[in-house]
Parts: sequence; structure tokens; C-alpha cells
Amino acid sequence: MSPERGPVFLARRTYRRRRLADAARLLPIIGTVLICIPLLWQGEGASGATRTTMAMFYIFGLWVLLALIAGIVSHYLRASENEEPPRGVGD
Amino acid sequence: MSIMNVLALVCLLYVVFLFAVAFGADRAARHGRGKWLRSPYVYTLSLSIYCTAWTFYGAVGFAARSGLEYVTIYLGPTLVMVGWWWTLRKMVRVGRSQRITSIADLISSRYGKSNLLAVFVTILAVIGVTPYIALQLQSVTLSFAAFSETEQAGNGLPDMQSTALWVAMGLTLFTILFGTRNLDANERHHGVVIAIAVEAVVKLCALLAVGAFVVWGLSDGVGDTLARIDASEIARFEVPGSRWIGLTMLSAAAFLCLPRMFQVMVVENENEEHLRTAAWAFPTYVMLMSLFVVPIAAVGLDIMPTGSNPDLFVLTLPLQAGRDGLAILSFLGGFSSATSMVIVAAIALSTMVSNHMVMPIWLYFTGASAVISGDVRHVALLARRLSIAGVVFLGYLYFRVTGGGAALAAIGLISFAGVAQFLPALMGGLFWRGATRTGALAGLGVGFVLWQYCLFLPSFGPSIIMPQSVLEQGLFGLSWLRPQALFGARDMDPLVHAILWSMLLNTGAFVLGSLLSFPKPIERLQGAQFVNVFDHSSTTGGWSGGMAQSEDLLIMSQRIMGATEAQALFAQAARRQGLAGYLPEPSPDFLQELERELSGSVGAATAHAMISQIVGGAAVSVEDLMAVADETAQIMEYSSQLETQSQELARTARQLRQANEKLTQISVQKDGFLSQISHELRTPMTSIRAFSEILRDTSDLTAEEKSKYSSIIHDEAVRLTRLLDDLLDLSVLENGQVVLNTQTGMLSNLLDRAERAAGVQGGTLKVKRNRDAEAIELSTDLDRLGQVFINLIANARKYCDGDPPVLSIRTRVLDGQLVIDFMDNGSGIPLDKEALIFEKFSRIGQTKVGGAGLGLAICREIMTRLDGSVSYLPGQKGAAFRVSLPLPRRIAAQ
Repeated sequence: MSPERGPVFLARRTYRRRRLADAARLLPIIGTVLICIPLLWQGEGASGATRTTMAMFYIFGLWVLLALIAGIVSHYLRASENEEPPRGVGD
Repeated sequence: MSIMNVLALVCLLYVVFLFAVAFGADRAARHGRGKWLRSPYVYTLSLSIYCTAWTFYGAVGFAARSGLEYVTIYLGPTLVMVGWWWTLRKMVRVGRSQRITSIADLISSRYGKSNLLAVFVTILAVIGVTPYIALQLQSVTLSFAAFSETEQAGNGLPDMQSTALWVAMGLTLFTILFGTRNLDANERHHGVVIAIAVEAVVKLCALLAVGAFVVWGLSDGVGDTLARIDASEIARFEVPGSRWIGLTMLSAAAFLCLPRMFQVMVVENENEEHLRTAAWAFPTYVMLMSLFVVPIAAVGLDIMPTGSNPDLFVLTLPLQAGRDGLAILSFLGGFSSATSMVIVAAIALSTMVSNHMVMPIWLYFTGASAVISGDVRHVALLARRLSIAGVVFLGYLYFRVTGGGAALAAIGLISFAGVAQFLPALMGGLFWRGATRTGALAGLGVGFVLWQYCLFLPSFGPSIIMPQSVLEQGLFGLSWLRPQALFGARDMDPLVHAILWSMLLNTGAFVLGSLLSFPKPIERLQGAQFVNVFDHSSTTGGWSGGMAQSEDLLIMSQRIMGATEAQALFAQAARRQGLAGYLPEPSPDFLQELERELSGSVGAATAHAMISQIVGGAAVSVEDLMAVADETAQIMEYSSQLETQSQELARTARQLRQANEKLTQISVQKDGFLSQISHELRTPMTSIRAFSEILRDTSDLTAEEKSKYSSIIHDEAVRLTRLLDDLLDLSVLENGQVVLNTQTGMLSNLLDRAERAAGVQGGTLKVKRNRDAEAIELSTDLDRLGQVFINLIANARKYCDGDPPVLSIRTRVLDGQLVIDFMDNGSGIPLDKEALIFEKFSRIGQTKVGGAGLGLAICREIMTRLDGSVSYLPGQKGAAFRVSLPLPRRIAAQ
């Protein structure tokens, strides 16, 4: 980010919007990866595997987090706006 | 009053309440009230039909059997929902812009409005979803049974079959009442949606209430509950990685592909913006739905006697604790889950069945003509109603036949795996322009067969449909064809095994089929429309109409959409085209709009087929395009020919007009000449007669007088002879009988002679010449050429009215031509006479000077014989004639 370049208001907004769309696209991918994390815990400790309660805390925490981020991203992202062709300005 | 009776009463009241809510919402929507009906929260709640009775009851059972694994069923949809920007946004946009009525419609639309594909998807969906409907009926009957079990066997167990039948009939009635109120499946079913939303609230509240009761009523708060979980059979997180990932992906795929999800998510979608709310609200909803599942399961396993069905813990735990009120609420939650799923699934499936199977067959059997036959609207509604009944009945039948034995969750996942087979065709269609109908058919076919072979048929249990031998040794004894160990993949979880192979080979066949086949033009058009839906959301593959009869179209549309709506649509289109009345021009735009409207009622493939019947199969094909282009080229060529011809005609007409003018003038001249010639002949004849009479009758004439009169007679005779000579001369020249007598001489001498012969000397005319330029040796018929010169000079002498009259003779050599201009300073020849002066007998005006008007005509004939020309030079100060004569090359080079 280079605020000193001072792009015009519109270009700046377009830039923001496009990064928001990127975030919206990224969200399910990150979510998938994070959902798979508990699988890595399974081999842990010879005495016993991960406790269900622990996995529950993790999963439900992640769930709330995903909903929250989705809410924030969607709040600023309007579905009806079409994707403009990429422009050099401000990117 | 026994609890069973209370339950029945509550159930009845609840159903009445739902009917009232649906009715009220429909009424409000019809009267344009009820903005809240279109709220994004209502949309989100309607999505909750994902949570069926299977999840309401079954999730606890699932958790009791395999711990936290059940959350995968919710995590998949959560991922899809938070990733709405990828897929759902596009699906909803496509659904809205193409007026999609079902997932079968979407897939068939994408692949060239293929009805075969639509039928295939419909059949697959019915097979996949029927067990799921059976599951709902089963869960309702099981929950009834759970209540009756607490009734100390007083009036015996209620007949499970009859309960299921009553429920099925009630649901059919509700669905028909509110789901087929309007034919346009693309219109929102406000009543149904709002009823589902209410049910969504009820089931969430019920589950949360039971959860809270378990945590704070049966246990001592959160800490104790966690301790109980840790102490239970499901304390350890032991989920196989393949199942964890596989089930998450499966549920995500099913969320996109389930017909009922497609119905509420895409078809009933009011506004794309609602997705923004659903993106966080739906994950929150399913998170809350699954929050208390593990606690309920753990406590249930702890408290309930061994052997009790964990699928019913949600119900039996409150009952066990004597909380009948809570139990009834819980029952209502389960009931809500079951009914909302069946209603929406029945609507979705009936739309598919009636649009893609019943209507095409009906159209086929009624002579394949939408125009002549009866009321399509009526038939379509009836078809949809019968389909609803059929679908629910099929579910009931499945329930009867299987006896409701297997665990609930198993059937649910098998159903998921079935509909997930749509995913490659669906996603490929939305994101890959190269996807073709052949590929989609191949993928769906392969996926369907594998799903049947590996999962669905074995699910009935060994030796029921699939022989045990096949299960153990493989088909035809080929071990690599064992349904649950395909291609040697042994020791895999059967579900994951089936999903893996079916999806893998489905995708493979889809991609391969698409790569190897070539799409039809309409497929390519639709492909571009779907994949690039955000670039152009409005248009679909076009009609090259023009031959369609607007009236036929109106008749057909009235039968499908209803008279008022159809007339309004047509009148509006006509107004837009600037026409009065109800019949717009069947322009491609209008046909497209009409097709979209109709497809909202009967599906894209049928609407397309119906319009093609009237328009005459004018769907765009490359051949058509080529034919059109060819025709255009022909027309262009033809019109250019026409243009040339008309130009030619105009030219000819001009020439004809000129010729006509000339003829008229010539005729006038001839009249003039005749009077002139008679005058010319008469004058000398008169004097000849008069003087000869004097000579004859007068005896005393002096010799002088005799001589004088005789010479007058002679002169007049000479004049007559000259006139006759001229006429003869011209006649000879014109007939080409002249013999040229080629001599060699100097031009200057010739001109000198001509000047003398023309009688210039002694007259007033002054002749200007440049003798240096005239030093040119000629080799031609000098007598004839001289005759031309004499004529021209004599004309100048006779007609030039300049004061003093001057004739300039200029000689030049131009491009190997000898050019001699004779220009006087008179008033020249008027423009309208210029064309005539070389004609015979032409005399300009009433000239004082005598002359038969043959001179210039003779000149022209002579010059033509000499390979030269004489022409009038317009635009000079006076009359100007140009004589050109080709020169021998030797001289021209000088």
C-alpha cells in the first residue's frame, strides 16, 4: 500500500473492493484448511488421542470466527456489483 | 387426556397454524404488502431446510455413534456459504437471469436446453431424494412411537404405517395448496417460504431448549457437561481423516446439488443481496443447531438405558425426565424439520418431473402442437400436483417397503452421495465454457452407475437386491469389481470409497467427454451465457425469428401463463415496439423474453421446444447462421445488381429522352425543310418559268434583254442543280458509295482555295490565319476536305453577325491529330440547337440567307469517311467548329 501515491477516491475504493472479493474467495479455502487441523492432533500422545471436548472448542470457535469474518466481508461486498476488468490504477 | 391425544391435538393445532401463516403470507404478498416476507433473514431461515429430521434427530445418534464426526455435515454447507462469492453468487445470478426452475432445468439449460439431460437429472434426483423423504416419514412415525412407548402400553402401539400415511397425505395437501398456487415455478412461493422460516425457528428453539435442559437441567452446567463428555464413550476424537474430509466435501456438494436446496437458494431467491446476509447468518444457524448435539448424545448415553435408540435422545431425554412440555416442543421441532423438507423437496421434484417428463410427453402425445391442443396451463398445474402426490407417495412406498429399519444417518448420506453426482456437470457448466452436453451425460451416467453399484444397492442389505456373492467376489466373480473394494481399494470406509470412485470417475468422464465432443451452437451460446453471466446477465441464446406468428404465440402463451398475464406481456412488448394492440412483431428480442417468461412456468427445455414449434424450429444453428449469411450475401448481390440495372435503366431512359427530343426536333426540321425546299425549288422555278414565258411570249425583245433573261434562267437552273447535287452528294456519302481520291498537298494551299471558293474575297468577313502552322503536308482526299473547309468558311460568311465579322482558323497538331478550329466572333449557336446542326436539313432559325441546311451534314459524312471528325466546339465566343484528321505518323512526329 502506498498512500502517498494518492489515487483518486474511486480507484481507491475499487481497490478495496477487489481485495474484499479476494478475501471472500479465500475464506472457504482457509476454512477448509483450518477444519482439517484437528486431524493432525490424532497421533498425539500414546495414552490417548485428542479429547472430543477440545476438538469441540476448536471447531465451534472456528465456526464463530468464520461466520464473523464472512459477516464483515459480506457487509462491505455487494453481490450485484460486477467484477470490473482489472485496471492498472491503484493496484 | 393421554399424552398421545395431547400430542395429536398440538400437532393438529401446529399444522393449522402453519396453514394460517402460509395463507396469510400468500395473501399479503398478493396484495403487495409484507415487505418483511422479502427479508434476507427469511431467506436465511428458509435455507435451514438443509437441517431435516435427519439432522434434528439423527445428528445426536450420529454423535452417539461416532463422536464429533457429525459436524462435517454442517461444516460443508458452512464452507459453501462463506464462499458464496465463488459459487452461490453465480448460481443465483444464472438462475435469475435464465429464469431457472430447478437444478435439472439449470443443467439442461446450460447444455443446450437438452431435455434428455433434464430427464436424466430428474430421474437421478427422484431416485436420490425418495429415500430421504422416506426418512422424514420414518422419523415422524418413530417420534410418535417414542411417545406412545411411555404410555405404559395402554391402548397399544399406534399403527406406524397409518401414521406415516396420514403425515404423507397432510404434507401432500399442504404442498399442493401452497406450492402450486401459481404455475410460474419461478415466482416466489411466499406462503411456503414463510412456513418454512417459521418451522426453522421452531426447530432451532426446540433443539436449543432440549440442549439447555440437558446442560443445565440434567447436568450441573457447562463444566459438568464437559466432564460427562470426557467420561463418555465418545470422549476421544477419533475421526478417520478420510471420512472427516470426505464427509465435509460431500455435504458441501450436496448443499449445492440437493433439489430442495436449489429450490430455496436459487429459485425462491428474491434478491441477490440476501446472500450477503445468509453468508454469515446461515453458518451461525447451523452452528447453533449442532452446538448441543454432543452434550445431548453424551448425557443420553449416560442416562438412558442401554439399547435405547440414540436417534431419539432429543425426544426421549425430556420424556424420561417427565418434561412432557419440552418433549412436545422437541417433537414439534422434529416434525417441523421433517415437514419442511418434504414440502420443499416435493415442490422441487414435482417441478422437475412435470416440466421435464410429463409436459414433454403430453406435448408429444397431443400431436406436438402447443397451438391446437387444449389448455396447457391446466395440464401443467395438474401435472405438477400429480407429481407432488407421486413424489410423496414414492417416499411413503419406500418407507413401507424397507420397513424403516436402517439407521437414519446412513440413508441421508447415501442420498447426499447420489445428488452430489450433479456437481461436476453443475460446476463445469458454471465455470468451464468447454463443458459439453456429451460430457455432462457421460459424467452423470458414470457417476450414477457407480453410486448405484457401490452404495445405493448394497445399502438395502446383503442379498436383498444385490446378491451376497457380488458383494464378496465382485461382479461376474471379478474381484476388482467388488462394490465396496473397487479396483482393489480394500479396507476403505464404504461411503468414502463410493464417493471417491464415483466422483473421480464422474469428473473424469465429464472432462473427457467434453474434451472429445463438439458442442452444438446453442450449447456454446448457453455456455458463454452461463460462464460469463456477470458480463451480460440479460440475454439468452437467441431466436432468429421473424416467421413466427404472433397470434399463435399469444394463443399458446395464454394457455400457459393465463390470458391476462399473456395479453399484458404482449401488449407491453407491442408498445415497446411502437405498435398498437396486442400483437408485437415476433422480433428475436421479444421471442427471447417470451421464452424466458414461459420457462418460468414449464422449464427452459419445454419453453424452448414450444416456441420452436411455432417459430418453426428457428433455434440458432451454425447451418442457420450460414444460411442467413448466405441469404444476406445473395440479397446484397442481388440488390447491387438491381442498383446497376436501375442505373442502366436511368441511363437508357435519359438516352431515350434525348433521342425522343432529337426526333421531335428532326421532325420539326423536316417540316421546316420541306417548306424550305419547296420554297427553294419554287423560287428558281418561278423565275425560270416567268423568264421563259417572257422569252416565249414577248416578241420584241432586245438581244441584251434576251441574253439577260436567258442568263437568269441559267443561273436559277444552276442553283437548282447545285441543290439537287448536294442532295445527291449526301445520299452518296451516307450510303458509303463514295470513292476517295487520295492526293498529297499542303494544308495552307487547301485553305487558300477554300477561302477563295467560299467567296470571302470581296466580302466583309475577315479571315485570320497562321500560315506557319498550316505548313503541313496532307495525304488525303483533298477535294473532299476542301469541300468541308469551304462549307465551314461559307457558313461563317453567311451567318456570322459579328461587327466586323472575323473568322479565325487555328491549326494545331494534338496527339497525332491535325486539329483545325474555325471560330468566328458571332453570336454562335444556341445550346439547344447544338445537337442538331449536323443533321440534314437543319437550319437554325429563320435565316435570311438561303441554304438547304445540308452543308454540315455533308461535312460530317465526309469527315467520317476521312477517318476524322467535325464537331461543334461549345463555350467559345462565337460559333466554333473543330475539324480533326489523323496524320500519318511521320508527320505527327515532327
